[in-house]
Amino acid sequence: MAEPPHDRTTQRPDRSPTARLEMTGINVAFGGVTALDDVSLLVEPGQVHGLIGPNGAGKTTMFNVACGLVRPTSGRIVWRGDELRRLRPAQLSKLGIARTLQGVGLFPGMTVLENVMVGAHRHAKAGFFSALFAIPTADKDEERLRRRALDALAELEATEYAGRYPGSLPYPVQKRVALARALVADPELLLLDEPASGLSEDEMHELGELIRTVSSRMSVLLVEHHMDLVMRVCDRITVLDSGRLIAVGTPEEIRADPVVTEAYLGDDVDVDADAAQLASGTEGAHRG
Amino acid sequence: MEEFLSLTLGGVVNGSVYAAFALALVLIWRSTRIVNFAQGSMAAATTFIAVAVIDSGQSYWVGLIVALLAGLVMGALIERVIIRPVEGGPELNAVIVTLGLFIAIQGAVALFAGVNQRAFVPPFSNIGYEVREGFTLLSLSPNTIWTVAAVVVTMLLLIALFRFTRLGLAMRASAFGQEVARLLGVRVGRMLTLGWALAAAVGALAGLLIAGDVSFISPTFMDQLIVFGFVAAVLGGLDSPIGAVVGGLLLGLALNYVRGYLDDSLLGMASLVILVIVLLVRPGGLFSTTPARRA
Repeated sequence: MAEPPHDRTTQRPDRSPTARLEMTGINVAFGGVTALDDVSLLVEPGQVHGLIGPNGAGKTTMFNVACGLVRPTSGRIVWRGDELRRLRPAQLSKLGIARTLQGVGLFPGMTVLENVMVGAHRHAKAGFFSALFAIPTADKDEERLRRRALDALAELEATEYAGRYPGSLPYPVQKRVALARALVADPELLLLDEPASGLSEDEMHELGELIRTVSSRMSVLLVEHHMDLVMRVCDRITVLDSGRLIAVGTPEEIRADPVVTEAYLGDDVDVDADAAQLASGTEGAHRG
Repeated sequence: MEEFLSLTLGGVVNGSVYAAFALALVLIWRSTRIVNFAQGSMAAATTFIAVAVIDSGQSYWVGLIVALLAGLVMGALIERVIIRPVEGGPELNAVIVTLGLFIAIQGAVALFAGVNQRAFVPPFSNIGYEVREGFTLLSLSPNTIWTVAAVVVTMLLLIALFRFTRLGLAMRASAFGQEVARLLGVRVGRMLTLGWALAAAVGALAGLLIAGDVSFISPTFMDQLIVFGFVAAVLGGLDSPIGAVVGGLLLGLALNYVRGYLDDSLLGMASLVILVIVLLVRPGGLFSTTPARRA
């Protein structure tokens, strides 16, 4: 892996240095088909790390390995200095990892506020039985969760929707709520799976700002198709093609890398636009 | 008019018990997508446990508490040990398992308690109040008031649990999206166990209330109620607790009018007709939020 010429990580000493996600030598095979071939990925604390590649490159598989949905045939995942063996999705929140889903995945029969409160679940102090019998500490807990959830909604400017049901809200608002639900857990690592899909240009811009803002509190691993968003917000980018790692570097390096351009041009039709974007550079990427 | 009033009140009383029973089915359906056909014999079992406690010299209330606790424990055990392996598998497997449980529990109750009917004394008098000189409202007695009150209080407690506690929140999240809830750190397995436990406790209450209403019990005394409870739950959409309550009340009223104006023997058929009509006209139930349902 090439060292970047400059790295924003150094400007953020407030993160604990152990909040680093290292995935090394990840192999995944689905019934004889190799989905990932010896792929490594390093998300430094406080970094926004992009994971890109043409369709079928293995981005989603890599992402699913990171959150325990897919178990790699071989390879190591090290988080906060400990190796995660047999990682399961249910352990994520306890490990300080939150993820959003490709859709929105909100609970349909619960209000926006309640949805976000579920995200704050792991911060409740009261145990199972005191919660069951509504013992006073559980009450205070309840109030604390509600406040946390409202704070998270406020950060995403979605407070006004607190009492509404997800089904009645426009898609972009639902996505913001889903993001609030992930942020309310105050994770050290946020896994974002195509957060910009279905968003307008303006909304995507806001999302970019938001990702930069939260990256002062947490590392972010971002899987995304929209190249200008990736180029604008990421500190480092990993590029996959056909299950193999083909490039790692800063957005500038990636943009200038002929191997990456070729991978995008050589693939199927609907990524042509991405490739064109990639080749022409990005608007609004004023990086110092 | 007097007859109508009497039948309507009686319908509300019966309906509230159907509602409680339907609610128990809905609690389980929501969390595990399983229709628990064993609900009736589980309730019969807890009723017999209460009777054993009462026979040993304790009061009805001690028997009630023991029955509710027994329901909680039985529900949790059954979910954890018997249902867990078939959860998430083909729907038919779970159906067969709960049918098997239904027969097995009924058999076990008969083994311990015998197959004969025996009397059950309700906690309050079953004699109707004389509302006016010469007119006794049969369906308004201390015991029917207790029955309705017990169901209403149970409903309110459940609403409070689901609306206002973190635990209820986690249970609802598990019901709406197990995978997402798991990602968010909810202990989904525990929530399912708790759902079954609560459902069995509500079923246990319904069992004791029915026993007090009909004044006799046998291992099969809940068999008809599972049919009514199921129809009420389908009427409400299987997914909605409020729907189960409204469905239960509607069914109670409808069946009581059939009983009063037509004939007692038509009850089973009437409930079947209602079930078929609901499934034909509004397969999602009166309150279902989902557009289509496979059951």
